[in-house]
Amino acid sequence: MRRFAALIDSLIYTRSRNAKLAAIASYLRETPDPDRGWALAALTDSIDFPAVKSATIRNLAGTRIDPELFRLSRHHVGDTAETVALVWPEAEGRVQGDPSIDEVVQALSAANRATTPDIVASLLDSMDSNSRYAMLKLAVGGMRVGVSARLAKTAFAQAFDVALDDVEELWHALDPPYDKLFAWAEQGGERPDLSATPFFRPFMLSHPFEGNHLDLDQYAVEWKWDGIRVQAVHLGGETRLYSRGGDDISASFPDIVESFDRDGVIDGELLVRGTDQGGEAASFNALQKRLGRKTVSKKMRQEFPAFVRVYDLLMDGDADLRLSPWHERRQRLESFVPKLHPDHFDLSAVVNVDDFAALEAMRAGARDAAIEGVMLKRRESPYLAGRVTGHWYKWKRDPLNADCVMMYAQRGNGRRASFYSDYTFGCWTDDGELLPVGKAYSGFTDEELKWLDRFVRQNTLNRFGPVREVKKSLVLEVAFDSIHESGRHKSGLAMRFPRIHRIRKDKPAEEADRIVTLRSMIS
Amino acid sequence: MAKAKHWIEPHPQGIYVRPADVWIDPSTPKQRAVVTHGHADHARGGHGDVWATPETLAIMGLRYGTEAGTAISYGEGFEQGGVRFSLHSAGHVLGSAQVLMEYQRERVVVTGDYKRRPDPTCAPFALVPCDIFITEATFGLPVFRHPPIAGEIAKIFSRLEAEPDSSILIGAYALGKAQRVIAELRRAGWNQPIYLHGAQVRMCELYEELGVSLGELRLVMDTPKEDMRGQIIIAPPSALTDKWSRRLPNPVTAMASGWMRVRGRARQRGVEIPLVISDHADWDELTGTIRELAPKETWITHGSEDGLLRWCELHQIRARALAMVGREEGDDG
Repeated sequence: MRRFAALIDSLIYTRSRNAKLAAIASYLRETPDPDRGWALAALTDSIDFPAVKSATIRNLAGTRIDPELFRLSRHHVGDTAETVALVWPEAEGRVQGDPSIDEVVQALSAANRATTPDIVASLLDSMDSNSRYAMLKLAVGGMRVGVSARLAKTAFAQAFDVALDDVEELWHALDPPYDKLFAWAEQGGERPDLSATPFFRPFMLSHPFEGNHLDLDQYAVEWKWDGIRVQAVHLGGETRLYSRGGDDISASFPDIVESFDRDGVIDGELLVRGTDQGGEAASFNALQKRLGRKTVSKKMRQEFPAFVRVYDLLMDGDADLRLSPWHERRQRLESFVPKLHPDHFDLSAVVNVDDFAALEAMRAGARDAAIEGVMLKRRESPYLAGRVTGHWYKWKRDPLNADCVMMYAQRGNGRRASFYSDYTFGCWTDDGELLPVGKAYSGFTDEELKWLDRFVRQNTLNRFGPVREVKKSLVLEVAFDSIHESGRHKSGLAMRFPRIHRIRKDKPAEEADRIVTLRSMIS
Repeated sequence: MAKAKHWIEPHPQGIYVRPADVWIDPSTPKQRAVVTHGHADHARGGHGDVWATPETLAIMGLRYGTEAGTAISYGEGFEQGGVRFSLHSAGHVLGSAQVLMEYQRERVVVTGDYKRRPDPTCAPFALVPCDIFITEATFGLPVFRHPPIAGEIAKIFSRLEAEPDSSILIGAYALGKAQRVIAELRRAGWNQPIYLHGAQVRMCELYEELGVSLGELRLVMDTPKEDMRGQIIIAPPSALTDKWSRRLPNPVTAMASGWMRVRGRARQRGVEIPLVISDHADWDELTGTIRELAPKETWITHGSEDGLLRWCELHQIRARALAMVGREEGDDG
């Protein structure tokens, strides 16, 4: 565990991407199976111990240290796992062992609700502070060491000098601790044959369109839908639904999984139908009600029926189409989709535009709840894993803006633990009352964050734990993608993707926007 | 208790000793002041009569240009308004002192800042029995446990070994921390010259004058960039991200501070080698000292007073937190 803990810490403190790659690669080369496989799974959040929750370790800490002292410590540190790792009392003079990751994984896998506290406590007792931290992060999940799955795969490819695309594919097909993957990469063994298994194929991603000059004849135009990107796979008699990051979300959408019954792999946008839209695709807000559920009630399925708006075909039967140009895939897609269940699958239309002026007008005019902008796809492009320049572009519609007044601020987590970086802001009712409309924690520069933090500290009216109520004097220009009815805030409104666009030091708070103005922006 | 409250009063700008009309570490100019040590949040300029150790007076002289004041060595004292004052080593930085006050058979100790760990650059902490113990609590939370310093210093050497073309830039507070890090590097066998940011020079010279030897020190400004590959550089924490650091070859930033114990803190400052080295007592030292002294009452001046207060409550030790200003957590941690 110590070697792994050292890796985690070096990743935390290293900013350079190359140094991170080198650190992971040398760890993977030097560490034996199965520890390195477990480490890889931990770094990419591909391992889960449902019995160990953040609350579990917090309660456990309460058995060794006064809960109030723990609360104060947690408040200072900003992270539960790290706090427990730091405050866990070390018995004087105890010889410290160094359990392997495999021993930890075996112990945690065997844990159930009742036995978890004892198991975790005895692991904590056997480790030093850094290992405790690594072990708790492994157990609870969410390493947050600035390593994306993509980076970890790149490091893997570097470590053993194999092709990244191969790693991407095999990775998702195999389970931790990936012994087959290591055997293939390290000893040059046979590439595991996976063609008939329902594994995840890496998505083709787009670049933001930044006014580059494109020849529209070479590009097809589609709407950009505001749902979540999914890949539905039906192969070898099994069906899976994968999210953007390759997570298996089949359990949340049994309606989709049950009705996808033709061999193939499709790429599309997961949406729900809204009755308000006359059965059309509803806003992201409606879709959110169905995300992240382990089980789905009949009522949920009826009220928020899910469907996939399909825009690409990766496999038709057992034929891999990914090397074919877009227009060929599209042709096969147009005959593939009509054979699927019409309630759960439809075709994302190709839109005809003559020139850029028409395209721009179309994008600007799009205020359909489920439209986020437009997509440009090069007709000759194969289906390429990852974000490769020159093939797909996304052109989002312009964000909406509102001038809001800062009301509350909360300290951030992790590297922002000492900054008030999460802001709740509001707009005026007709009676001159300020009601919260949203919360944002991004969009500002580091310099602006320092300024905002100072503003919060100097204008605090009340403290409620980590939250400070501030003097209602600062106007924040907030940008957001759309706004919806919601019970989340007292104003009855909720923004999608709100971020601080500008700090309006020049504007008096009385002149901030009114709730009615925001209400008129609901799409 | 009523009596103590009567003759010693905590105020936001310092501790006031009423019968003597003397302030301890006042943050605004006063007629009479006892200064525990040279850090800026304790030693301000502009007082009338000042009592402090000779080293603290010398440090104040360097910072404020006036060395006027009555020098009191460790164990010695003076009388003012019926109160007997004496200074005792605090182990925080060179010249740092605790103040013992005896009045009407009651003994009160103000620690200023202190630590219990050995430090080659200053005298060790003296345990002074008292009725009322007025303590700092900079690291008054159980998350703060400073590891043995040898392991922290070793982090620097192993990085230099792994990246011989880099230089290691250590952020260390100019008074105390910088000299302690240098002395510990020497103790670990580092015989190369150590390179300094201009702001560190005068204090290091003063330490040398006062008998703390630091080995060969050179100024970064006078050294060609290439000569500093594989070398160690000490700068004030504020210079770590300054344009100044561009004159160093591949600098890897380290920071020597008790705050480095928390990962988010180190990351926030962009520190690549966090060195948990502090001149303040950690949680075990704070609580252990209270246990050892077993005073009738403990007053807590500044830092994470909530944590230490809670600990006292749990151990049925009579304690109170004094609201002090101008003692915000700084880089001297």
